[in-house]
Amino acid sequence: MILVFVDHDRGVLDATSVQALTAARALDSDVEVLLVGSAGRDAVAELATYGADTIHLAVHDTLTDYAPLASAKAALELVSSRSPRGIFTTGTPRGNEVLAHIAAILDAPMAAEVLSVTFGDAGVHEVVRNRWGGNLTETARVHNDLLLAAFAPHAIRAENATGAGNVTEFTPNLDAADTAVRVIDRTGGAATGVGLAEARVIVSGGRGVGGPEGFDVIEELADLLSGAVGCSRVVTSNGWRPHSEQVGQTGTKVAPDLYIACGISGATQHIAGCRTSKTIIAINTDKDAPIMGYAHYAVIGDAQTILPELVAATRAAKE
Amino acid sequence: MNIAVCAKRVPLSGGRWELTADNLDIDTSGAAVGFTTSPHEECAAEAAVQLVEQLGGSSTVITLGVADSEEQIRSLLAVGVDRGVIIETDGSEWDPQATASALTEQIKAGSPEGAYDLVLLGTEAADTADFQVGIRMAHALGWPVVTNVKGMTIDGGVARCERAVGSSREVYEVTLPAVITVKDGLNIPRYPSVPGRIKARKKPVDTVTVEKPAARLEKVRLDLAVEEARSAEILGTGVDAVPALVEIFKNIGVL
Repeated sequence: MILVFVDHDRGVLDATSVQALTAARALDSDVEVLLVGSAGRDAVAELATYGADTIHLAVHDTLTDYAPLASAKAALELVSSRSPRGIFTTGTPRGNEVLAHIAAILDAPMAAEVLSVTFGDAGVHEVVRNRWGGNLTETARVHNDLLLAAFAPHAIRAENATGAGNVTEFTPNLDAADTAVRVIDRTGGAATGVGLAEARVIVSGGRGVGGPEGFDVIEELADLLSGAVGCSRVVTSNGWRPHSEQVGQTGTKVAPDLYIACGISGATQHIAGCRTSKTIIAINTDKDAPIMGYAHYAVIGDAQTILPELVAATRAAKE
Repeated sequence: MNIAVCAKRVPLSGGRWELTADNLDIDTSGAAVGFTTSPHEECAAEAAVQLVEQLGGSSTVITLGVADSEEQIRSLLAVGVDRGVIIETDGSEWDPQATASALTEQIKAGSPEGAYDLVLLGTEAADTADFQVGIRMAHALGWPVVTNVKGMTIDGGVARCERAVGSSREVYEVTLPAVITVKDGLNIPRYPSVPGRIKARKKPVDTVTVEKPAARLEKVRLDLAVEEARSAEILGTGVDAVPALVEIFKNIGVL
């Protein structure tokens, strides 16, 4: 059996975290899911549409919001009672940290950024994982009976399947230290506009946009395409845009249907964040820029002159 | 407050990586490859310098890596970190468990000013992306840990940490001593000044050695990512290409 930790935020299923469930189901007919916190009940129906048959719901008075260590402790109780051969997560911030807590407590190895898994005999398994944000892959042996694997986000597309969605509640044995680190507040309020990670279209700007004012037209185009604004690292380092908009290895990794890179040369650190986009369009003055090796389509020219025309033409096409 | 920053030296390339003949490492012999501090950890060092400016105390950067890691340590000393420690390796990679364990021993040993109150490091290293060293250290130290931190204030021995989730931020609080793993975007690291660089030359950098344990996450080989050999279809030059772009928007269903 493979145990999958699936994440939810106050009852809203994390669509990325479900990718690990698809990965597990491809390897084993016996997969069980862990949801932590009573609000997880609200995520059960949707989770079942990804083929979840058996869902363990950890409920405890102190589990009022996400708490990483408590989530790991809940998983460890299932390790004892259900004896899985692997625990899978998707490598979201929560998926990585819950798995790392499990690994630390068990003093067991853990593989992050995993692309594929081959279970072996005698406590040695093989994984292929991303390095350098996917610019390299590593084949590695994991020396432990229980395989702890966090899958690289978007390495696997979540697949729908009909699951029974049977829920078993249990109360993990937790003490105060297990929930000492937990979400105590949220700032920034609800998202306005489309978030970068879930946007279907991202219009992204780099140095070639010229300055912070160059993003006005990028915002306009993003609005017209119901998309989000992204940018490169140099843009945030220059203080032109907030870091929350940075696409790249150290920013947000995205996989939209359309990624438009305006005035972005395509450093490896940036490509690592957008390489899995379905379609990439580059607008760049340099026909030999690295981005041309990743883009599907390109326009050679100055983004600052092309974008206003593109906004006008896009607006006209919508009317 | 005594702060330890665990920082890693990583290769830096302007182009695509090339591998050594045995496929076990990145070929760093070429002129196009340099080295830098893993980006999240530049921010960790900047945060440590700011906290010491604010609250007093000391900052120490600790690196597990080759002797040449001194180059990255000196650049962090140049922006204001007080001293460095290199846990010297022969250049072969240490797995995350071994790394965490060697770093933890240094934290337990403390700084000349006394015990550490805070350990800052990147949420993951740019090269290995293991996402676990800080958490393992916290467990070994019996300290709380917050990861993925992009905003941090410390007041009265309590660290208030924020991390980005979509477009909002989650808030966590931990009582020190604690481990906090940070992300690029926590701050904008300052550039070293000339006087900073001169001072850095005189700051102490100690070297220690530790026996390397057997890897439990054992690297077998590296491969260059399989790229769909792609060369962008050029739609045109300048504004003349705008109609073709709008056609593509329609064809892929975003308009």
